[in-house]
Order: sequence, then structure tokens, then C-alpha cells
Amino acid sequence: MKQVRALVVTGFGINCEEEMAAAYRLAGANADIVHLNQVFKERVSIHDYDILNFPGGFSFGDDLGSARVLSNKFKFKKMASGKHFIDDLAEFLQNKKFIIGVCNGFQALVKMGLLPNIGGNFDQEVTLTHNDSGKFEDRWVTCGVNTDSSSPFLSGLQKIDLPVRHGEGKLVIRDDGVRRAIIEKNLNCLTYLDPEGNGTGEYPYNPNGSELNCAGLIDPGGRVLGLMPHPEAHLSFYNHPAWTRKKQRGINSEEGEGLRIFKNIVNHIRHQG
Amino acid sequence: MQKARHIQIVLKDAVKDVAGQHVQNDAQKFLHIETGIVKTGKIYSIVHPLEEEQLQAFARNSLCDCVINDVYIDQLYTSPDFPVYILVSKLPGVTDDEGVSAQKALCDFLNIPFDFGRHWIFTHEIYYLQNTLSDEQLKAIAEELLGNPLINRFEYGKFKGRIEYVPEVRIEAKPEIKTINFFISDAELEKLSKEMLLALDLHEMQAIQAYYQNQLVQAERVKQGMPKLPTDCEIEVIAQTWSEHCKHKEFNATITYANLDTGERKTIDSLFKTYIRRSTEIIRERYEKAGRNWLLKIFSDNAGVVRVDDDRVFVWKVETHNSPSALDPYGGALTGIVGVNRDPMGTGVGGASLLFNTDVLCFGSPYYDGKLLPGQLHPRRILTGVVKGIEDGGNKSGIPTVNGSVVFDDRFAGKPLVFCGTGGVMPARIAGKNSWDKRIDPGDRIIMAGGRVGKDGIHGATFSSLEIDEHSPRSAVQIGSPITQKNLSDFMSQAVQAGLIKSSTDNGAGGLSSSVGELAQITNGALVYLEKIPLKYAGLQPWEIFVSESQERMTLVVEPDKVDALFAMAEDFEVELSDIGEFTDSGFLDVRYGEQKVAYLDLIFLHEGAPTKLMEAEWKKPRLSEPVIKESLDYNRIVLKLLSSLNICSRESIIRRYDHEVKGKTIIKPLMGEQGFAPQDAAVLRLDFDSYLGIAISNGILPRYGDIDPYQMSAGSFDEAVRGIIAVGGRLPDPEKDPDIFWSVNDNFCVPDSMYHPQTNPDGKIKLAKLVQMNEALFDMATFFNIPMTSGKDSMKNDFIKEGVKISVPPTVLYSMVAKIPDIRKTVSTEFKREGDLIYLIGKTYDELGASEFYKLFGELGANVPNVRREQALRIYRKVTAASERELLKSCHDISDGGLAVAIAEAAFGGNLGTEIDLPQTDIPLNALLFAESHSRFVASVSPEDREVFESIMGEDALLLGTVIESPEMIVRYQGKEIIRLLVEQMLTAWRNGLVF
Repeated sequence: MKQVRALVVTGFGINCEEEMAAAYRLAGANADIVHLNQVFKERVSIHDYDILNFPGGFSFGDDLGSARVLSNKFKFKKMASGKHFIDDLAEFLQNKKFIIGVCNGFQALVKMGLLPNIGGNFDQEVTLTHNDSGKFEDRWVTCGVNTDSSSPFLSGLQKIDLPVRHGEGKLVIRDDGVRRAIIEKNLNCLTYLDPEGNGTGEYPYNPNGSELNCAGLIDPGGRVLGLMPHPEAHLSFYNHPAWTRKKQRGINSEEGEGLRIFKNIVNHIRHQG
Repeated sequence: MQKARHIQIVLKDAVKDVAGQHVQNDAQKFLHIETGIVKTGKIYSIVHPLEEEQLQAFARNSLCDCVINDVYIDQLYTSPDFPVYILVSKLPGVTDDEGVSAQKALCDFLNIPFDFGRHWIFTHEIYYLQNTLSDEQLKAIAEELLGNPLINRFEYGKFKGRIEYVPEVRIEAKPEIKTINFFISDAELEKLSKEMLLALDLHEMQAIQAYYQNQLVQAERVKQGMPKLPTDCEIEVIAQTWSEHCKHKEFNATITYANLDTGERKTIDSLFKTYIRRSTEIIRERYEKAGRNWLLKIFSDNAGVVRVDDDRVFVWKVETHNSPSALDPYGGALTGIVGVNRDPMGTGVGGASLLFNTDVLCFGSPYYDGKLLPGQLHPRRILTGVVKGIEDGGNKSGIPTVNGSVVFDDRFAGKPLVFCGTGGVMPARIAGKNSWDKRIDPGDRIIMAGGRVGKDGIHGATFSSLEIDEHSPRSAVQIGSPITQKNLSDFMSQAVQAGLIKSSTDNGAGGLSSSVGELAQITNGALVYLEKIPLKYAGLQPWEIFVSESQERMTLVVEPDKVDALFAMAEDFEVELSDIGEFTDSGFLDVRYGEQKVAYLDLIFLHEGAPTKLMEAEWKKPRLSEPVIKESLDYNRIVLKLLSSLNICSRESIIRRYDHEVKGKTIIKPLMGEQGFAPQDAAVLRLDFDSYLGIAISNGILPRYGDIDPYQMSAGSFDEAVRGIIAVGGRLPDPEKDPDIFWSVNDNFCVPDSMYHPQTNPDGKIKLAKLVQMNEALFDMATFFNIPMTSGKDSMKNDFIKEGVKISVPPTVLYSMVAKIPDIRKTVSTEFKREGDLIYLIGKTYDELGASEFYKLFGELGANVPNVRREQALRIYRKVTAASERELLKSCHDISDGGLAVAIAEAAFGGNLGTEIDLPQTDIPLNALLFAESHSRFVASVSPEDREVFESIMGEDALLLGTVIESPEMIVRYQGKEIIRLLVEQMLTAWRNGLVF
């Protein structure tokens, strides 16, 4: 079987790279943590990997707005050979590979136009901005998986508990056209749920006031996933804030729900061969 | 001169302006000013030659988010809807991270290299207000909500659409080296100390004078081409090295102690040596005897080090950052956090991977509505600023803030206490050597890494040793840059792994003078070239370069043949390095600026030359009595009042702003349960993703108990920290039977000025006596439980003096504890889990309501403060651990503020369960049974099928109180009568709304 290789980029204030890499190792893949400058200096090529990961963090301290400086770098800074990173990413996707961005990584994907990318030309179609509460918050949310979204990341998942830890997670959509396309193409793959299991705009179940109650997006090809909640922070049963209570009802698996997203994609790539 | 261009970004009208709404609400709530709608914007002032086209493209592509923003260039947004504005700019030299990031973005955009040496993008915030407010109102909003006059410049009034101000630093001064006339009279020496802000007393000034008057010293100085008189740099270096902050002169003073009640007299040769270090040494001897010494490094280096297992060591430090937080709460706390991060990062070889932050805060009431003294910030402002500083300091560094505590007492309204701690792990061996050893050889290079040097924080070390008064220098305020430091720490951990760094230390208080001065003791000498140190802006004097406390800098020790590789690696991480000199064995700290000699100081004199302080302590027990409070109160009301009181209510509004689970290893979080409401007693972290080994982190702090008995206050704080870890499932250390379980404490003393002075500090002797007793308790507790101090800190002048009024903090000690947890899967949380489980009170309750939150409701202090009964505590803790390791405890919550009643209520906050309690008849009054804060107690729940085995373990130390019930209410009966019946919802509402800001 194919050995799956994951590239986890870091640097400039990204700070969830270790748990992201751990997620892939626990899912049975290889994972390398590489500073983005190694990629820009072309000492490391993304094309040697099957899946590219943009972890969470505070790249450039969220200055100028979350992930703005990072996505600006991706779009405009030339790599050693003179090409732009965004073109490298386009090639990576053409080769039928996968990209995931979590939190600050999601913000970067959105701001460089990789998500939702309905137009296919990397124009910025949506943004992620300040929560309605005006605050950074760390709290656990329940997300519903849109079963009509077609993405190997989410196959077999219906509901998932994950922590959000952000101040700028509110999805704002550029215009009605984009909004319609997101709905029609089922790109809104993760939705904040209330305790009854319905999509909600109500705080704190929806922690930021996102349009469409959106917690995550995929691109029309299902190869790029971005989400505000942190699946790499729920790799273990013992990460859940109610684990001590759940334990009383019996433990089926010591694996956390977040790990399933990583197992999904690793298994998918492995079987793709 | 380059003309500034101004790019403004504002939200499109359709987008909700969350920041603006906050300003509107806060102005109304706290200043009673109706602003109407507030619109916010950001302005980037660019002082760099750009083509018009480049400027436009940069503004639209890089600064503007096309989905939500509009852009204006030079002619800024104005609208008849918003008649007035406030512009908040930074004063020259104040950290402007956002400006730097914009500059980086512009460099990426234009594909030009980033220049660390010149700052040319500056940011401003602009606020447009709907209502036509007076200048006075605008000024109030500007200074009290939006900024701080110490770091910001404000414009307000009617806006014409243009701004002019750009905070470029311009200093005309030429570098020069001055000599200081030290051969003067005592009175003049004292005056000199004040004028130069040296914070040295006459004895110390005389010791310096004697050094320079010594013939041998003079001969050597002449030989070296130094003047006979000291240079400005030398005096600054000595003052910094001898500062209370660095030298802990009062903790090392000789104290004469008299107990006026008993007639006992004794002389204490250093509190530090007698109690703190000695207790740890005794414990270390016990472990050495058992052949398992996990205490690897104590009281030396930047942080203590203990062994986790064969492959890893744990390193941690807790610090205070009180004075800066009083002046600029945000910058003070932020700098405190990123500053303490550098302690584990700069221990031994350095580059520790940082695991967690812990923060304990003491404030005045945020609801204070009295008058403020000039320069005194409102406690609410201090609270919000400090919390925001901790938020940014931890979150932006990717370090989870897992544990903390907040104490309210109006005596903290002058100076708040801000304790910041950080723990990390290092591999036990790096390049074949012990990671915790600091190795340096003559010839090794001194490399400065990280931020550049400016005038920031000059006199920070001496400043914190002085009371804040009208003349406090503005340069004491600095704002950390977590993002600069994150890059630096990423770089360091990689460089250490690659074997390129031999040792490292941080640059904190005292800057290079302190870091190089201390490291130089290892080889016995150092040579520094100040002209090689990169500056933020020109115009610094040589002495300023050496003592500047500019943040985010580390000093690295590098072997000459590794310098090139290290510089190459730093370039990849975009971290600036400079090779500023070398270590020698000359016996001197030799500092130069180009060809000129700036300082030439004997290291022995510098580090050992400060005279020992003499201090007097006198103890007399306060005369106190117990109040009479009736036994038939409306207990429903009392419980709700307690739950909403400031020292008990939920900290959720603070906790959720801190990322407490980045790194994915947080197992017991500050809030747990189905709804995430239940407060926990200690944090638990796992260390790996593929093992269940972990650590628990707790703290103990009880300043108000010291009003009755400082010894019991300190002992009780220690117990509180211990029982927090026992509650989550920790196991006490035991040199004989269990030598591999480490526990490690950081002690932090924060006290008011305790140096007696008949006029300015007439009660100094009793304050010092309190400090002595706090230390005696530390010694007794530590040696009894075999729990050692590994690092600590003291802050000795926590007084705020203005217009003849002095606000002094109560003598306070914080014990921060970490213990090894063999299997995190067996840890226990506080909240009840299942209906039908039995609820027990573990430990014995005494008639000890003194200094309780219950008495505070009645405005009483009382006399019977909770006492720690060590033998009993040890017995109970061992039993609780036994029960917990057999997984018999479904929940366990320590009993502290508010007593049993509050602990039971809190345990019910986990998940819609209630309790039915029948209080047993005991030998103490009902009020004490419900609300006494007696130590070493827990509320635990146990499954009914485990009843027998649990009770056989606990014996008489557990008392069955009742059961967990499905109905979400708390019912308490006493002598057959219902005394409390409250819905959990009702209690939650009270508890969750006590602290809203």
C-alpha cells in the first residue's frame, strides 16, 4: 500500500504544526513539519507530498486582519525560481492532491482565493472576519457535516465535537452569486449546531455569527478543505471537555473525533494508490 | 525628508463594526457618554518612496480585504454622519507590530528584502463618532478607553480628512561616554542615586565609592586606559546588577526578628538561604539518599529543572510583572508573559519547547466607584488590559494558558499583582551533554538574537524596586511583540537541535548588562562591542545600548566554528543575529564602543560587592475577635450572594479568551463538563501524543488570611496548591516508596515595602515579621511534604504613593505547583457525573470562619483563620490518591473560598444534575459547617457499588453527605429541616454573572 506523505508548513507565527503532524502519524501517514521559507527557497517541494496542511496559529500576529500578510506572501512573493507559490498550489491541485487549512490556515486559504474558488481563478470570494462577540474565544462546538458535500475528508461523518479558538471566524460572503453557488454546490460542508442538532446562528453554539452558520468550506472539487474548528485538537478521547463524564458511560475508543478527518484522507489517498 | 502617504482601511457600510459597537457600549457603561454609532478605521502611514501605482496596488491588494473593506488614500474617509473623530497614534519608539507586519507585506508585495533597520510603516486607529461630543468627552474616551497617554498620542475634534502626525523617532544626540563624579559627600551620593534613578541606598553608594577609591583598582584602571572616576555605563551596570529586582537584597538581608508576644529574638541570615534554599536542599538530600535525585537544577539559571524520565526534563518559572502592569496594563502583562517565556527558553542550553502558561492576578474591585489618585488607573481598566495582554501573549505565541486564579481585594487597587508562569520540556541530553548545564569557554562568541535595541524599558530593573510616583519615567513602559518572539523561539529550538547553540540566556530586566554580566561569571570575563549591536533607531548612548530592556532578545553562546551555520539558519527563520563579542577569562566585564572603553568592571566586585542589608522585624499578634452571626439565616440568599461574589464567581469571561488547548495536550481544562461550566482545581496536560504520561499544574494564593495570621496564610496557600493536584488525581512525593514522582514549586512573594522607616514606613517592622512567618511556613510545609521550591521570585515594593496617600498590597505569596501524573486517563474532574452517586465530605471541618468569604459578606474579619494540620492532611491526601488510582472517585473538588456549600454548588455545574444533602450533626456551628474554609478537604462523589471499598479506604476521613439526583437543584437539610433549596440554573446565573467586564 502507498505510504501517504503529509507536509505541514510552519513559520511566521503558525503554531498548531505539532498536533497537525501528530494527527497524520496517528492516522498512519508520514508527516514533515517544514518552515515556509524552505518551500519558498525551493529546498522542499510541495509536489513530493500527497497532502498539504496549513495549520492554525497567528501568522504575523493577525496584523492587517487574520492571515492577510500570509496570503499576500503566497500570492505575491516570488519563490527562488521566480514562480509564485499560488501557481505552485494550482499545479498541486491539478495533480489531484489535497489541501487542508485549519483556523488561521483556513483564513489563509480563503484570503488567497483557494476557497471556495467557485470561479476557479483564485479570486477572493468570501472572507473570515471578527466574531460578532468582538472577542477571541476558546470553546467547544458541535458541527454537523453536510452529507451532500462531496469530500473524502468528511466521508462517513455526521456530527463532530471540536474546539474553536479564534477571534476572526465569521464567514462573510462577497455577494449573492457566491452565496447561491456555495449552497447549490454544497460547499458549506460544516455547520455549527445547537443542542437539538439544528444549524444555528445562536451564540455561543455558533461562536462567531458566520453566514450560513458555516464552520467549514470545501472547493467544488472537494480537494481543499478549510475549517475554523480544530480537528487536530481532538485526536484523543481525553481531549473532550466532558470526557470524564463520557467515561462513566464506557469508552468505545480512545481516539478523538477529530482524528477521523485525518484518517479519512489518509485512507482515501492510500487506496487511490 | 520622505513625505508620508496615508492609506486608510474602513469597513464597508453593510459590514457590522464590532469594534465600534464595543466602544459605544463601553463609553456608555463606564464613562456615561453617549457616542451614538461608532465607525472604526485603520491608517497606515508609509514613509518610503513608492510609485503611485505601487502604492495603489499595495493598498488594494495587500491591505484591503475586498469583501469587507473600502480604501482611502491620503484624503481619508469623512462623512456628515460622523461629525467628530478620535485618532489614536503611537508615541515615537512604542512597539508597532502591525506597522512592521505591513512593512513585511509590502516587501513581499514588491519582492524586495525586508530591512530590520528602518521602520517606515506606522499604524493609527481612527474612530468616527455619531454624536457631537465636547473635546473633554472625546479626551476621556481617548485616554480612558482607547489608549494610554503614556504610549499613545491623541487627536480629536472635527475631522478634516487628513492626518499629519507620524511617530518617527528622531534623536539628535551624539554618542558620548561621561564620567560620574563619585568622590563626593554622603548627602551628595544619596542625591546622585535619586537623580540617576539608581535605587541604591547610601551603603551601596558608599561601597561603589570605596571600590573606585581603592588604589589597586585605580592603578588597574589607569593601565587599561579607564578614567579613575566611574563611567556612566559602569554606574548603570552596577545599579542594575545590584537592583532589588536582580539581587534580591531584602531576601538576602540579615534580619533581626523579635516576637513581642513571646519575647523570642533571633537573627536570620537571609530569608532565601534559611528557608527557601535550605528546605529544597533538605529534600534533595532525602532523594539523593534514596538514589533518585530528580532535582537537577535549583535556584540557579533562569528556571529550575527537574527530571521527568530518562529522556526528558521539565523546566519552569513563574515571575511577576506588577509595576509595568500598573502603568500600562496591556503592555505590562504582555511583556510579562513573553518575558517569562524566555526563562525556560534560556535555561541551560536553551530552546525548551514551551508547554503551558499559568497566570495569577490580583486586582482591586472592577466595580470600584470611589475617587482615583493621579496616575492611578481604574481597577476595571487594569483588569481588562491585563487580561488582553495575557490573551495576546499566550495565544499569539501558541502556548496554552491552562491554569490561573484571580483574587480581588481593594488593596491591590494601587499596584495589581500579575504573576506569569511558563513551563516547558527539554530533551535530557543535547549533543551528548546534559541539556540543563550552561557550558561556556573563553573564546566562545556572544551572539544577540531577536529584536533590536531601543530606549525601551531603560531603568526597568531599578524602576520596579521603587514606588511609583509622579516622576516615574515613561521609558519604563514597553510592549512585547509575541510574533517576533515566536519566530525567535522557532529558530532557537531548531538551532539547539542542530547543536549550534552551546548555552543561552534571556535578555530581560537589565538587558545585555544583566545577561552578559551573569554569563561572564562562568568563564570569568567577557568583552562586548556595543557598536555591533543593531539599533531600532540612531541616537542611543552607549550605556543605554548596554542596559536597554528591549524585548524578544536572547543572548546565545556559540563556538566560533558554528557561528556561520547559525547565521545561515537564522536567515531562514528571518531572525536577526549579531556577533557582539566574546567570553574571556580576564576577570573583568570589558565593554567598548568602537575604540573607546565604556566599562571595565571587576566581576567579583560587580556580583559580590553589594553590602548586605540589615533589616528589623517585630511581631505582635493582632487583637481580633470572632463576630456573632446568628445560625438561622436565609441560606438560599447567602449561597447566591457567595456564588456571585468577586472571589468566588466564574472566571469564564476571562478563561475563554485564553487559548487553553493549543498543542492538543490539555486533558483537564480550566472549565469542563457537558456545558463547559464546571471550574477545575488543577490543569492536567499530557506530554506526548502516544503515551499517557502527564503533569498537573495548580496554584495557591490566600492573601486575606494574612490579616489574621501570615504563617497560616502561607501554609494554607501551600496546602491549597497541593490539594488542587491531589483532587485531579496526583500522588504526593515520597523519597522512600515513590522516588520517581516529581513535584516542583515556584514561590512568588509580593509584599509592600517592609524596610522600617520612622516617617515613611512606620509599620515596616511588622510587615517584615509577616514576611518572615510566611517563609517559616514555606519551610515547614515543603520539608514535611517533600515538595521542593525549584525557582521563585520576590517583589518587595508593592506600594502606590500619590499625594501623601499610600495603597499597599497585603503581603502575598503564590505557590505554583507542578507534579508528574503517571496516567492522565485516571485523572478526575470536579463535577458530579451520574445520578445516584454518593456525595462525601472528605477531611475535617473546624470552626474556622476567620477571613472567610462568608464573614466578608457581613463586613467581618473574625479571628479563627483556617489552620493547616499537616499530619492529618498527609493522611487524607494519601487516602484520596488511593481512591483515585483505583478509579473510585467519580468527581473530586477541593473546598476553598466559600466552604462546603460553594464546593457542592460548583460540583453541580457540570451537567444538569442536582444534589440532596443531609448535613450530619457535628461539634461545630452550622455556619462553619457550611462556609468555613478549613484546609485539606474535598467534596467527592462515588458510585453506590463502590461504597464499601471507598469507605474502607477513607475510614473516618470521609463523611457521607447525600446523593447526586436527577432533578437539577441543590437541596440541603440539617437536623431534619430544609435549609437550602436552589435550582442549579439559579445558582449558575448568580455564579456566571459575578464578573462581567
